[in-house]
Amino acid sequence: MEIYVLLKRTFDTEEAIQLENGQIDEDGAEFIINPYDEYAVEEAIRVRDAQGGTVTVVTVGPEDADKELRTALAMGADQAVRISIEDDIEEADHFTISEVLAGYLKEQTVDLIIAGNVAVDGGSGQVAPRVAELLDIPYVTTITKLELDGTKAVVTRDAEGDTETIKTTLPLLVTAQQGLNEPRYPSLPGIMKAKKKPLEELELDDLELDEDELAPRLETIERFLPPNKAAGKILEGELNEQVAQLASLLRNEAKVV
Amino acid sequence: MTKALVLAESRDGSLRNVSFEAIAAARRVADEVIAVLIGHNVAKDADALASRGADQVLVVEDERLLHYTPDGYGQVFLELMNRTSPDVLVFGHTSLGKDLSPKIAAKLQAGLISDVTAIEGEGAEATFIRPIYSGKAFEKVKVSEGKTLFTVRPNNIDPLEAGSSQGTVESVTVELKDLRTIVADIVRKATGGVDLSEAKVIVAGGRGVKSSDGFAPLQELADVLGGAVGASRGACDADYCDYALQIGQTGKVVTPDLYIACGISGAIQHLAGMSNAKVIVAINKDPEANIFSVADYGIVGDLFDVVPLLTAEFKKMLVHG
Ligand SMILES: Cc1cc2nc3c(=O)[nH]c(=O)nc-3n(C[C@H](O)[C@H](O)[C@H](O)COP(=O)(O)OP(=O)(O)OC[C@H]3O[C@@H](n4cnc5c(N)ncnc54)[C@H](O)[C@@H]3O)c2cc1C
Ligand SMILES: Cc1cc2nc3c(=O)[nH]c(=O)nc-3n(C[C@H](O)[C@H](O)[C@H](O)COP(=O)(O)OP(=O)(O)OC[C@H]3O[C@@H](n4cnc5c(N)ncnc54)[C@H](O)[C@@H]3O)c2cc1C
Repeated sequence: MEIYVLLKRTFDTEEAIQLENGQIDEDGAEFIINPYDEYAVEEAIRVRDAQGGTVTVVTVGPEDADKELRTALAMGADQAVRISIEDDIEEADHFTISEVLAGYLKEQTVDLIIAGNVAVDGGSGQVAPRVAELLDIPYVTTITKLELDGTKAVVTRDAEGDTETIKTTLPLLVTAQQGLNEPRYPSLPGIMKAKKKPLEELELDDLELDEDELAPRLETIERFLPPNKAAGKILEGELNEQVAQLASLLRNEAKVV
Repeated sequence: MTKALVLAESRDGSLRNVSFEAIAAARRVADEVIAVLIGHNVAKDADALASRGADQVLVVEDERLLHYTPDGYGQVFLELMNRTSPDVLVFGHTSLGKDLSPKIAAKLQAGLISDVTAIEGEGAEATFIRPIYSGKAFEKVKVSEGKTLFTVRPNNIDPLEAGSSQGTVESVTVELKDLRTIVADIVRKATGGVDLSEAKVIVAGGRGVKSSDGFAPLQELADVLGGAVGASRGACDADYCDYALQIGQTGKVVTPDLYIACGISGAIQHLAGMSNAKVIVAINKDPEANIFSVADYGIVGDLFDVVPLLTAEFKKMLVHG
């Protein structure tokens, strides 16, 4: 079973966000594996352990992303691939990133691709279904359970709280929703082993992709923080008075009741 | 003349509000709006779309479209695109819209602006605002090449009134083949009437509610305000309520006029689902709780004291006017 995990290194959104000239200031910020991609790595390892095969973790990103790839290797993935586009492409929107990932995956034998359902920083949830479409394979998003039997798959998915059971076949792409599993922490021996596992770096030339055909379709005009809300009003006084005041504020000041 | 194709969406036999919001958004960027209604026994809803902003409604019915699948809906949508040649494609940022829109975008080698909360400007000059970094920041984006595709976050763009348009309704057939995923079963969760993502008022409970019975006073408050009850992941994980009530990054993303958070600490994954609410009230016994950082009004106290008093106060207020 050839299993691929799409992994994005993300800004840890638990952190405070600073803006500098319309850009998010990333200096000194904390970066992590996108939390939904941790579920994807965990699921891939479990499938491999049950069925045999190889787990390859793939990212499109800068050299810094090697740290997150090594973490995935330490969890138990077998090998990692980082596709570096910085030298060839100035701007890379969802279209670009998906085309690059699909360009790589088209050259591989793929049985199963597991991605996150959404990246906590960019937040579009586009990349994985786009990749499935480009590879012309079926996909199921926001899954909470995956059962495989030969080339048959039964997948449980969360659709806004409803639980759907989907029947489909491999090759297949799925995206992980919270609840799929509990990701393991890398063990110390895992971390040691990870240092020796293969981590390949590829560029567009290696994938026979032409940067002229990967120009972004979107343009970011600016980024900004939400308009500063007047600091919230913490009410004071006897509880009855606070409650009466709150009801009156909601009616007369905020006008929402 | 620019033309938009909008995917309308029904759930449990009735149209979701976001369909009307998507049509209103499409009107901002295109001159002519065609709504697409896909499913089984859905034609009854076409007139509502035709009167609330759509110039034309195309209805595609087939037993195999009873449940959404990316292949089924994808084939229909792409075929209707071929027949109508739109410049703009609009979807709701719902479970369905999030699943389908990237597939269409990939097929067209187009950009896609996901989770739009506001549109500035009109027509070809339109720019789109969307939250990033789990709602901690926003970006303004425009299309630089190709068709304009976007999904709208429910409850953010005002829909048009009934009578805004007198569109035509046409039933069309589309041939379906090779459906690679099949919906074998759906367990629908009862959420008690109001669709959370469309509710104007939400009273949400967290782990501080302490039990499923603890939700009763929240339900009473919601009832008095004509709202719905929601929950944090913490409350769902503790089995105080069903996951269908979950609000946040992995639950529903909501933008009510009023959000009352009771016994919720305010983790970033929860805030990602509600920080865009117009007015936020936090009730928490811990004055340091992070939820106060996004709240417009806060009461530090025990929710079991505060909520019933608040219900009584609103009852008084709403009866006496
Ligand atoms: C106009 C514009 C210009 C941009 N320019 C740049 C740029 O120059 N450089 C840049 O780095 N970003 C750039 N971005 C951001 C970049 O396009 C997105 O980060 C990327 O497309 C992923 O989108 P997302 O964060 O919404 O992820 P989602 O689509 O929400 O991610 C879902 C899942 O897809 C997979 N995935 C997403 N991204 C990757 C990846 N990179 N590698 C492997 N798997 C992935 C993961 O499994 C993830 O969980 C730009 C965006 C725009 C709109
Ligand atoms: C990948 C990922 C995705 C996630 N997605 C979501 C999501 O979509 N939605 C979500 O909500 N969470 C999500 N979480 C979980 C999130 O991180 C928090 O764990 C969760 O939101 C906490 O729920 P809570 O606020 O109810 O509980 P707690 O953090 O335990 O807070 C309970 C609060 O209740 C207060 N309290 C206790 N008793 C009373 C009382 N009697 N009166 C008043 N106040 C009282 C306490 O002071 C405390 O602030 C996600 C986590 C991860 C890792």
